[in-house]
Amino acid sequence: MTGTINVDSKQLPDARGYYGEYGGRFVPETLVPALDELEAAFHAALADSEFTHELDYLQSTYTGRPTPVSYARRLSDHLGGAQIYLKREDLAHTGAHKINNALGQALLARRIGKQRVIAETGAGQHGVATATAAALLGMECHVYMGTVDMARQQPNVFRMRLLGAEVIPVESGSKTLKDAINEAIRDWVTNVETTFYLLGSALGPHPYPLIVRHFQSVIGDEARQQIVEMAGRLPDACVACVGGGSNAIGLFNAFRDDEDVDLIGVEAGGLGIASGAHAARFADPALGRPGVLHGTRSYVLQDADGQILNTHSVSAGLDYASVGPEHAFLRETERAYYTYATDEETLEAFQLLCQLEGIIPALESAHAIAEVIKRAPTMPKDSILLVNLSGRGDKDLDTVIKELGE
Amino acid sequence: MTTKTQTGLEAIADIFKQSADQNRAAFLPYFPIGFPDYDSSLDAVEAMSKVGVDAFEIGIPFSDPLADGPTIQAATQIALENGTTVRDCLRAVAELRARGVDQPMLLMGYINPLLAYGVDAFVHDAKEAGADGLIVPDLPPEEAAIFSSACADAGLALVFFLAPTSSAERIELVGKQATGFIYVVSLTGVTGERVELPPGLTEFIARVRENTSQPLVMGFGISKPAHARAMNGLVDGFIVGSALVRAGNEGVDTVRDLAKTLRDALD
Repeated sequence: MTGTINVDSKQLPDARGYYGEYGGRFVPETLVPALDELEAAFHAALADSEFTHELDYLQSTYTGRPTPVSYARRLSDHLGGAQIYLKREDLAHTGAHKINNALGQALLARRIGKQRVIAETGAGQHGVATATAAALLGMECHVYMGTVDMARQQPNVFRMRLLGAEVIPVESGSKTLKDAINEAIRDWVTNVETTFYLLGSALGPHPYPLIVRHFQSVIGDEARQQIVEMAGRLPDACVACVGGGSNAIGLFNAFRDDEDVDLIGVEAGGLGIASGAHAARFADPALGRPGVLHGTRSYVLQDADGQILNTHSVSAGLDYASVGPEHAFLRETERAYYTYATDEETLEAFQLLCQLEGIIPALESAHAIAEVIKRAPTMPKDSILLVNLSGRGDKDLDTVIKELGE
Repeated sequence: MTTKTQTGLEAIADIFKQSADQNRAAFLPYFPIGFPDYDSSLDAVEAMSKVGVDAFEIGIPFSDPLADGPTIQAATQIALENGTTVRDCLRAVAELRARGVDQPMLLMGYINPLLAYGVDAFVHDAKEAGADGLIVPDLPPEEAAIFSSACADAGLALVFFLAPTSSAERIELVGKQATGFIYVVSLTGVTGERVELPPGLTEFIARVRENTSQPLVMGFGISKPAHARAMNGLVDGFIVGSALVRAGNEGVDTVRDLAKTLRDALD
């Protein structure tokens, strides 16, 4: 099943892009018409079977969807509790779930008639996915990336360049994802008439969180059917890492109405919450409070004066001061539960998955595995954990060698 | 301390009357508090107040100023490294009033620090300090209900933006919600000096005037005397930011001299 589901009009966001108190559209006036245009084009595209067929065709013949669900037998035995199943987004073309959204939005860009696409990237996975989609569709592609992230994700920088994209180093602020988004927005504001901003996570001004959720929902739609086929029933819990939160919302969306399925998001705990060096927006009530960053109202790591704080995570893809607004809503309504994993727990989880399952996970995804390591032993043997393995870890080998070498 | 008998809105309306009487556009310099340090930023505003400028846009620094180009990014980053807070910016307005600066002052800041301060508290304290209005570049009218009612109660202007991309419907909507004036962005882009003004400004402004009767103040890219002169007869006022901030690197006298040159170009 590679289908793009229709957006259920009963579901949020509302017409102004709000999920409860979170979301909205806090942008310079220059961008408002472009967001209106994008919203109209998105809804028109979903109603156009030619668009949905083309995306489905590419997802099956190019991305390699559906991605499998793997039963992690040795990891389950090792932990001695819940049976663990992995949704293998690491096996999607380009090595992460980011391609689902990049292809969908690139087709939207072509539909709107914009030949130049720009993107931000943290770990480089969204940048690679965007560069790939642009190469496939013959578009000009520019990717903004903080220089700290360029240094720790070198292989992805090289991949983007091989794919014909220009990687633009961002030196401002913390030189990570937040600053890359600032620069992408500045580019968009300048070149809005010719340029499509291909935003990579379920954040930013409305309609981006909705669009990204839609294109990533294929993860949960497939996984829900696959787990029922393999295990005979729905899982007890779904687990996914949460930076901006696109892989998590893509998994959670299909299970939203399954009240017996717990939804668990895992933030980057960095060096620990007490250290302040983390990207856990929900776990640190002293620093993580509702606010506005990059056009949306959500939880934001900020100081008492409303200045955005620098974050820390061993994984570039989770190293971000805010979180998609729908996650803030799911948390507030207690439909989803959010926890965190530290760098150290993540590196242990990374190694364990390599050794027991022969899978090298992305450091982002290893955060979800770290939560599984804590949670599975407390659960009965006939319970089921479904984990989104959102990406593969080849890009992280340098970081891991450095971290483990110390 | 100047005793204010007018509301902020009335004071702002007066500058457009005065400049129109003199057949020129009003000149509103922008300067951020805390750059290059707190005292120098106040000195710069005070010095400019003595060369005939009409009002001020007083910048509140923010860590992620996504509507600003490199010059103002760098300056506000320095202001933050100096420890400048929202409270400092309010205190600066009160101190400038005490020093005798009597032009209208509009506080310009991104939304998150204002939310962190509390919208009602901020508007209240801004009025107490002697400010006349508020400019929030990442606050479109659709999201502004709380700000609008707080500013209306305090008699402060709440300025919204229009851009070359704005449709007739947007112009009408912004025209209905803006108070004080509309900030017309001259180009698609971020703040910063440009060699030439963008083409098509006459047509753009004509299109805006067809849909609103609010005073129009142009900003972005205006940095030279020739640019300032071109504002006469085109718009009701204009803002210069990056050029003055760059001058701020060289000292208060350089800021004052540039402000005077720009102001004199209007006569």
